[in-house]
Amino acid sequence: MSEFRGVWIFSENLDLMLELLGKGSELADKLSVELTATLVGHNVKDQASKLIEYGADKIFIVDHPALKNFYVEPYTSALVQLVQQHKPEILLIGSTRRGREVASRLATRLETGCVPDCTELSIDDDGRLIMSRMVYGGNAIATEVCRVKPQIATVPPRVFEKLEFKERKGEVVEADVELEEPRTEVVETREIEAAKVKVEEAKVIVSGGRGVEKKEDFRILEELAEILGGQVGNSRPLAEDRKWFTEWIGLSGHKVRPLLYVACGISGVIQHVAGIRDSQVIVAINKDAEAPIFEVVDYVVVGDLYEVVPALSGALRKLLKGG
Amino acid sequence: MPTIIVCLKQAVDVTELKVDSATQRLMTADAPRKISDFDKNALEEAVKLKEKLGGEVIIVTVGPEDARMVLREALAIGADKAYLLSDPSFEHSDTLAISYILAEGIKKLGNFDLILCGEASIDSYSGQVGPRLAERLDLPQITYVRALSLDEDTVMAERSLEDCHETVKAKTPVLLTVTKEINEPRIPSLMAIMKASKKEITIWNAENLKVAKARVGEVGSAIQILEVLAPKMERKKIVVKAETVGGVAEKLAKALVKEGVVGR
Repeated sequence: MSEFRGVWIFSENLDLMLELLGKGSELADKLSVELTATLVGHNVKDQASKLIEYGADKIFIVDHPALKNFYVEPYTSALVQLVQQHKPEILLIGSTRRGREVASRLATRLETGCVPDCTELSIDDDGRLIMSRMVYGGNAIATEVCRVKPQIATVPPRVFEKLEFKERKGEVVEADVELEEPRTEVVETREIEAAKVKVEEAKVIVSGGRGVEKKEDFRILEELAEILGGQVGNSRPLAEDRKWFTEWIGLSGHKVRPLLYVACGISGVIQHVAGIRDSQVIVAINKDAEAPIFEVVDYVVVGDLYEVVPALSGALRKLLKGG
Repeated sequence: MPTIIVCLKQAVDVTELKVDSATQRLMTADAPRKISDFDKNALEEAVKLKEKLGGEVIIVTVGPEDARMVLREALAIGADKAYLLSDPSFEHSDTLAISYILAEGIKKLGNFDLILCGEASIDSYSGQVGPRLAERLDLPQITYVRALSLDEDTVMAERSLEDCHETVKAKTPVLLTVTKEINEPRIPSLMAIMKASKKEITIWNAENLKVAKARVGEVGSAIQILEVLAPKMERKKIVVKAETVGGVAEKLAKALVKEGVVGR
């Protein structure tokens, strides 16, 4: 039998940690092993009971003032030592930008592989972790295994469900590790103004692309979103080329799964499509009848968004008022 | 005057990929290749720093012989020297093995101030090679950089995270990965392309690099890819048509209500 045993999870983001516990407990059950959460940070001790209630059998705590700010070196060193001491066979790490850099350095120090941004995880008959993720800009799903242990996967937010809260008991262990000194220094942090509702949680998204000529014109998209009880979104060029926004929907940005996605003036590059593919119904409005987006939507409207969107707002307002 | 190393990947142009409809397999073998987008931003940033501070820009890539093509383009954009780490035994390397090969190549190059990489490649999009390389070379790293300056031996970088922008300071040598926000890559002039054709591309194979055979290629990789399949994306593609825009809107509104996706 392999000396590696157990499923471990880590994220610096508590919410994501709970989601990882949900999937982790399924994998741990399949393998009949313990599920362990590594709680690393400063003033994080009181989160241990919550992690147990959401599925962890065991918690390793590394609580230290040096972990107050997130630096890759101390976090990586804490995890490396824990893994070397206890040898888990699977490690799930929350795929935030911070989580991904820790996962990469950890996997290198352990001379193992890491499959990023997994959207499906399961155990096969040989007990291997089967990991699936999008590659080639969303054109394909790759299914991969790791031949070395621990098998490391990173998992994006909101892909897996949390377990139901339950009163449970678990073991809490204060870990003894040495923390490496950070080699960079954060001199300033500027918060990005968070949207009122996270776009991943919106039931309806009305999204704009290059076809929207001015930032002010988002008003007409906002009006439609409001009628539908949803939120506006945008494609990557409006953030990176035109700098109107700091975030975008797509493979490299927010991946969304609303009931309804309305793409206005979006051409439909594959990276954008990959970010919206789990939407239940997709509508595209575009002047260009040849736009690739029309190949991957449920409702095709060839027309000027400046005419169609306000008209749609009007029609829906009338219909929904009646209902 | 800084020495800046830029790591480039010759990536599959994902916008040109075709799917074999019978097998659902991607036809990656004959898809066109190009410099991975974010790596182009890394190169542009390096060339801008050189234009400001002097010094030298060296590009390094791991790939087959035909990766010369992207190195030639990078030389035209403004790099001074190009190194291609190429050996049949390197084929099918994962990020664990690639970062090992790159690290050995960079050690052989000698001293440097910065290493710049793209945040991820456009084809496999793992985002791991930069941080893995920093780990192997025992360097500080700053990932997802959207603005950058270098003064003597100190780097100031603004990085873009989910909830904030962080300004981070580090002493050189340091490895940075950049996002597309950082700049607009230039298109080389015909003159620059002609000049670049005279610049030398050095090829180092496994023997030159003295890499351990067991640590490269498929045997040296931890990840095994079982299959790569095009996802099924079946959509209705119903064209909504009417005489007037109002008519289209009305039809669409009714259809959406019927779908049960509005008014909930």
